[in-house]
Amino acid sequence: MRVEITDEVIAAEEIVAEIKAGEDGAVCVFDGIVRNNTRGRKTLYLDYEAYREMALEKMRGLADEAVERFGVREVALVHRLGRLVVGETSVLIVVASAHRGAAFEACRWLIDTLKKTVPIWKKEQFVDGAIWADGEPFPDEIAVAGPERQG
Amino acid sequence: MRVLYFGVLKDAFGRGDEEMVLAEGASVADLITACRGRYAGAGKIWDSMAVAVNQEYARAEMVLGEGDEVALLPPVSGG
Repeated sequence: MRVEITDEVIAAEEIVAEIKAGEDGAVCVFDGIVRNNTRGRKTLYLDYEAYREMALEKMRGLADEAVERFGVREVALVHRLGRLVVGETSVLIVVASAHRGAAFEACRWLIDTLKKTVPIWKKEQFVDGAIWADGEPFPDEIAVAGPERQG
Repeated sequence: MRVLYFGVLKDAFGRGDEEMVLAEGASVADLITACRGRYAGAGKIWDSMAVAVNQEYARAEMVLGEGDEVALLPPVSGG
């Protein structure tokens, strides 16, 4: 299990190569990269920040849960922080499994769940301004409703 | 207690963390109410956020203690 938050370039090929083992029949890789635009606005770079200790703990939990839930053999989950330019890898997910079905499912579940629950944020720097990305709504079991919505 | 701000809230408050003193028995919801009064610029944020107490997601009714580390978390956008 390789779960990391890093400030360095993610060595994707190296991580994929080292995860493979004899009993695997499939390796699924999700390589999340910085796109050159958001809804047509030209992106210069992204700044990622995290609640670092909590984010790492949540990522470890996701990796463990993926193994348990989908029965895959091994997972690598690496997220980079700091300033990233177009084309660079922000997150790498590698899932190794005896069979492809479980590897695909686990890989998809990992990125989708990470994007909803792991405390990492990105600020998008465009040619004409900067904004914090909207982010994904928290799942109900995590969100804290505003006081006026309680009771 | 130590209160941490992230993302858009960090920009709004101009700092990443501060010490706060709340009344005995104050809850997560009380903390949000206290902070909300200082920043009206993102009404949406206050209704769509999460709060972590000692690095674990917490419910609104959770009572806070003096030594707690409480983080106000806007919707996340990693990946």
